[in-house]
Amino acid sequence: MTHHTTWTTQAPARSTGARARTTAAGSGIRKNLGLGTLGAATAIGLWWIFTHTAGQDNPLIQAFVPERVPAALFALLERDVLLADAWASLRRLMAGMAVAAVLGIGVGILIGSSQTLDRLSSPVVQFLRMISPLSWAPVAVALFGVGDAPVFFLVAAAAVWPIVINTALGVRSIDPYHWRVGQTLGASRFEAVRTVLIPAIRAHVMTGVRVALGIAWVVLVPAEMLGVGSGLGYEILNARDRLAYDEMLVVILTIGVLGIILDLLTRILLLDRRRR
Amino acid sequence: MAAPALRVKGACRTYEAAAGPALDHVDMVLDRGEVLAVLGPSGSGKSTLLRAIAGLEPLDSGSIEFENPDERLAVVFQNAALFPWLSVRENVAIGGRYRRNRDRYSRQHVEELLSILGLVEHADSYPDELSGGQAQRAAVGRALAIRPDILLLDEPFSALDPALRTILQSWLRDLIDRLQLTAVIVTHDVDEAIALGDRIGFFAGPKGFTRQWTTTHGSPARKDILAHYASRDSEAVSV
Repeated sequence: MTHHTTWTTQAPARSTGARARTTAAGSGIRKNLGLGTLGAATAIGLWWIFTHTAGQDNPLIQAFVPERVPAALFALLERDVLLADAWASLRRLMAGMAVAAVLGIGVGILIGSSQTLDRLSSPVVQFLRMISPLSWAPVAVALFGVGDAPVFFLVAAAAVWPIVINTALGVRSIDPYHWRVGQTLGASRFEAVRTVLIPAIRAHVMTGVRVALGIAWVVLVPAEMLGVGSGLGYEILNARDRLAYDEMLVVILTIGVLGIILDLLTRILLLDRRRR
Repeated sequence: MAAPALRVKGACRTYEAAAGPALDHVDMVLDRGEVLAVLGPSGSGKSTLLRAIAGLEPLDSGSIEFENPDERLAVVFQNAALFPWLSVRENVAIGGRYRRNRDRYSRQHVEELLSILGLVEHADSYPDELSGGQAQRAAVGRALAIRPDILLLDEPFSALDPALRTILQSWLRDLIDRLQLTAVIVTHDVDEAIALGDRIGFFAGPKGFTRQWTTTHGSPARKDILAHYASRDSEAVSV
């Protein structure tokens, strides 16, 4: 997950034909899957070796041995907390992402459409996006109180920048001839937005959303350690307080697995860019 | 006598930060059913004239009058500028998604055009799968799908290689005859002007046209045009 939390924008590739892409991707996916499984197995092996050698005299590390994961997972599932917490976290993620997407796409279109606005906003955007969103945590709690609202705010504050930057880039990369085609064929302003602007920036926006989702997920967990009573971040603190380190490990693993699934889902969204 | 399809009167246009005007009192007349080739060197302002007719460029003074007050124009640019996210069929049909063209557009007409343009087997392909010539034919189809009263072509084949250019020129001339189109084609290529124009106007510079030839009865002397290209009589004539 973490290797996608880069701020840089990736221009969507569109050189090869759709058919060539799917066949090449087919064999590539199989190969990647094989190597990926091997990599995961190796990591678990190293984890086992580490916890059984270096950590032998340390009760905290002892709680982290891989063989205790199934029992802890079962205990968490049995108490109905894990799924409820995962759902609470995902719900907050989606709420924060929705705010970030609406704001980010809107602001990105404005910045991308006007050079003046771009130059005006550029130092502010560069400044704001370099501040860890968690720095705003005390401000968020002071402003919104405890509960879901400050978490939405922190997630949105983290996710909005890559969406703004990629959307603006998408607008700036629109072929000026595409506008002229719309204009000379009699498109109204609204029709030009619908048939030129939106499809033209779609791939860039999706790239921004994907990068934003990765960052939002990373920010969500610590944000849930601030005065909420549910969610995966809260459950980590809860497990720590009960000294249930094995359960804490299961929550951490769940965070990673959900992150991978989220990234896969956005990748699927990105693949389907041939259609409006 | 019927009013001309298009009349440009005293068109003036000066770009900001330019030394002189791009258009300086240019006059032009286009009759219904004729193809006027606006021939001129690069930078003479002929593309500015075409953009002004297309409504992409405001005039400082002068007027552009159409026979039909609800005149429809369509432009084919040097670059096919197909929308890469739409299939060829959807690109040709794009004008139908604009309210202004509802009365002239039909799905069946798009299919007819695809067949006339020889693009039926590529109709579901995407622009990045087309050759340059196919893409430009699709761009012509997109323009024709809204049944324009006047078709404007701005150096439509100059980005293609010379052999293909010749083929597409005769293809376009056939299409113009078959569909009885009224068109203005801007070009710097003497052979293209001869191949496509019923009438050729030599656009020398901001002052506009300096000479014209009619090609309805066989090609005008190519030598004559080339000689004029070299000499550049500066006396403006009305075209």
